[in-house]
Amino acid sequence: MSKGTLYNKVWDSHVVDKLPTGQYQLFIGLHLIHEVTSPQAFDMIAEKGLKVAYPNRTFATVDHIVPTKSQARPFQDNEAELMMGAIEKNVKKFGVPFYDFNSGNQGIVHIIGPEMGLTQPGMTIACGDSHTSTHGAFGTLAFGIGTTQVRDVLATQCLAMDALKVRRINVNGKLKPGVTAKDVTLYIIQKLGVKGGIGYAYEYGGSVFDAMTMEERMTVCNMAIEGGARVGYVNPDQTTFDYLKGRKYSPTADKWDKAVAYWKSVASDKDAVFDDVVNFDAADIEPIVTWGITPDQSVGVNDKLPEVSRFSADEVKTVELAYKHMDLKPGQSIKGTPINVAFIGSCTNGRISDLREAAKVAKGRKVSKSVRAFVVPGSQQVKAQAEKEGLDKIFTEAGFEWRQAGCSMCLAMNPDKLQGREISASSSNRNFIGRQGSKDGRTMLMSPAMVAAAAIEGRVADVRELMKNL
Amino acid sequence: MNKVTQIEGKAVPVEGNDIDTDRIIPARYLKEITFTNMGNYPFYDERFDAEGKPKGHPFDLPQFQGAHLLFVNQNFGCGSSREHAPQSLMRWGVRAIIGESFAEIFAGNCTMLGIPTATVNHGEMMKLQTLVKEKPETKFMLDLEKKTLLSEGKEYLKFDIHESKRNALVNGTWDSTGLLLGNAGKTAEVAKKLPYVAGF
Repeated sequence: MSKGTLYNKVWDSHVVDKLPTGQYQLFIGLHLIHEVTSPQAFDMIAEKGLKVAYPNRTFATVDHIVPTKSQARPFQDNEAELMMGAIEKNVKKFGVPFYDFNSGNQGIVHIIGPEMGLTQPGMTIACGDSHTSTHGAFGTLAFGIGTTQVRDVLATQCLAMDALKVRRINVNGKLKPGVTAKDVTLYIIQKLGVKGGIGYAYEYGGSVFDAMTMEERMTVCNMAIEGGARVGYVNPDQTTFDYLKGRKYSPTADKWDKAVAYWKSVASDKDAVFDDVVNFDAADIEPIVTWGITPDQSVGVNDKLPEVSRFSADEVKTVELAYKHMDLKPGQSIKGTPINVAFIGSCTNGRISDLREAAKVAKGRKVSKSVRAFVVPGSQQVKAQAEKEGLDKIFTEAGFEWRQAGCSMCLAMNPDKLQGREISASSSNRNFIGRQGSKDGRTMLMSPAMVAAAAIEGRVADVRELMKNL
Repeated sequence: MNKVTQIEGKAVPVEGNDIDTDRIIPARYLKEITFTNMGNYPFYDERFDAEGKPKGHPFDLPQFQGAHLLFVNQNFGCGSSREHAPQSLMRWGVRAIIGESFAEIFAGNCTMLGIPTATVNHGEMMKLQTLVKEKPETKFMLDLEKKTLLSEGKEYLKFDIHESKRNALVNGTWDSTGLLLGNAGKTAEVAKKLPYVAGF
C-alpha cells in the first residue's frame, strides 16, 4: 500500500467518512462543469428539490459543442443551441459562476481552470469529463466523472469513491530535440498499455518532469486516462508556484507564503512508498505517431508498423480491427502516410506553448494543397495571446484556418468533423473509431509540431527534418 | 432504493478488447439534454450502415433480443466519461455486465445506475461467449450475494466484483446522493479545515 505520497495526503485530508459500502466520501474542492454532461444532473437535483451545495466552489463554461467559426446566437445547430440554453438557465437558477463567450475567459474547461488559477496544488477536483486528469499537473487529485456523479457533487460537494493504488513513473535523462511532452505521454501509454493504469493513480516524476513547464506537465497528465489511470499528477514545485502567481483566483500577495507552504506540504515525501514504480529513459523517446484505434497503438515516426504476430493472442482481434479500419499494413512506414486533415487544438495541446511550437514549423511555409488544416485555440485567453504574438498571421499565411476557442474536432460535437474516410493528423488525445465525427474517419495522434509538419508535407513527416532548415 | 441482488435473463456477447465509450455511443447523441432516447443508440455506428440498415451486430440479432446480461472482454468502456454509454446499454435492456476488465470511470457510472460490473478471467469469458453464441436461449442468473453466475439453474462459475460496488448494489445504496447528504455536517467540517477553502 502506498504511503506518504501526494495521493495519500490529499486523499486523507479530503475524506469526510467511510461509507457503509466500504467506499469513501471525498470532499471535492473544485467542481468544473460544462454544457454536455451537466443538464441531466441539474434536472436530477431540481427534481429532488436540492440546491447546489457549494456554488462558490463550482465553475461553468462551454466548450464541447461550441462552433469555432461563427459563434453568433442562435447557433445553426438546434440541438447545440438547446444545450447552450440549458446551461445558461441552470447556472442562473443555481447561482454558479459562468465563463461564457462574453467573459473573455471561455474555453476548454481543462484549459481555463489552470489559466484562471482555479486549479491549485492539494485540491480534489471533479468534472464530468475524463480529461479532468489534466489538473493533476498542479499536484491535485482530479477525477473525471459521469453525470450522476456530477449530480452528487452539485448536491453535496462530495463523491463516493474507492481508493486507488499509486504507480510512480520516472522519466530520467534528457529529451532529444524535437521530442515533446506529447511524445512522452504517448510513449508511456505505448509501454504500459491502455489498460495498464486501471486501478492506479499515476505519479509522474524524474528529471524530465522536473524540467517541464506547467503546460507540458498538463499535456502528460491529460492523457493519464488514455493509459487507464483515472488520475495522474506531478508533485508541485517552484515551476508550479511561479505559474500560479498573479492569476485571477490565485492567492493574493498577503496570503502567498502561507499558500506556498501548504502546497509544498502536499508533495510526496522523499521516502514515500508506492504500489509500483516504473522507470523510463528519456533518450529512448522519439516523436510518436499512433497508427491504430487505441492510443497505445503507436510507433516512433521512423519505425515500421508492428507485425500482428508481435501481439498476444487476446489482443489480435483489436489489432486486426485497427489495421482494417486505418487501411494500414504491418511492416509499412508510418512516415509518408498521406493525410487529408490537420487539427491543432484540444485540452491536450491547445495551449499557447503548443501553438508557438506549431507556428515555428508553419512559419514561412505553405500547407499542402491536399490538406484541410485548422488551429483551434484552447481558450479565449490563448487566442488573444496568440494574436498578440502574431501567431494567427503565421498560421493563416501558411494556409491554416484560425478559429474560435473550443473542443472542436477532438470529439466533433460541433460542425468540425472528418468526412467519410478522411484521415487526420491530430494533436488531440483519442484515435478511437468514429471519434472525429465520421464513423469511417481515421485519426493519427501526434504532437502539435508534428501535426504542423504533416500539414505542410501533406503526409506524416519527421518534424526534426523540417527544423533543420530553420 | 432498490436492492440489486439477482439478475436473471439471456445474455448478449459483444467481443473485443478496449471497446471505448465513443463506440458504445457516438458523441453526436450526447447533444440531447435528457437520457430518454439513449436506448436507441448503443453501438449505433457498428450496428447500422449508411442507410440505417442493420449490419448484423449482436444487439440486432433476433436470438439476443430481450437479453439482460452483457458479456464483454478487456477494458470495456474505456475513454470518455460519458454516462450516456451505460445509460444507452441500460435503456436497451442491459441489467448487468460481465467482462474481463472494465475502465474505471465506466464501472463507476454503471454502479451509479445499479448495473453490476462483474469480472471473470479470459478463459472463463471465452467459454461464456462461446456458450451464449451456441445456445443463445441459455437462461443465466447473476447472484451478487453469492458472487455466482448460474446457467439454467446450476452454478456455472464464480465471479469477482469490487467489494464496495457489490455492497452498494446489494444494500440498495448505489444511488449515493442520500448517503452523501446525510454527512452534510461532517462535510462542512472537512471543508473548514482545508486551507484553500478558507482562503489561506
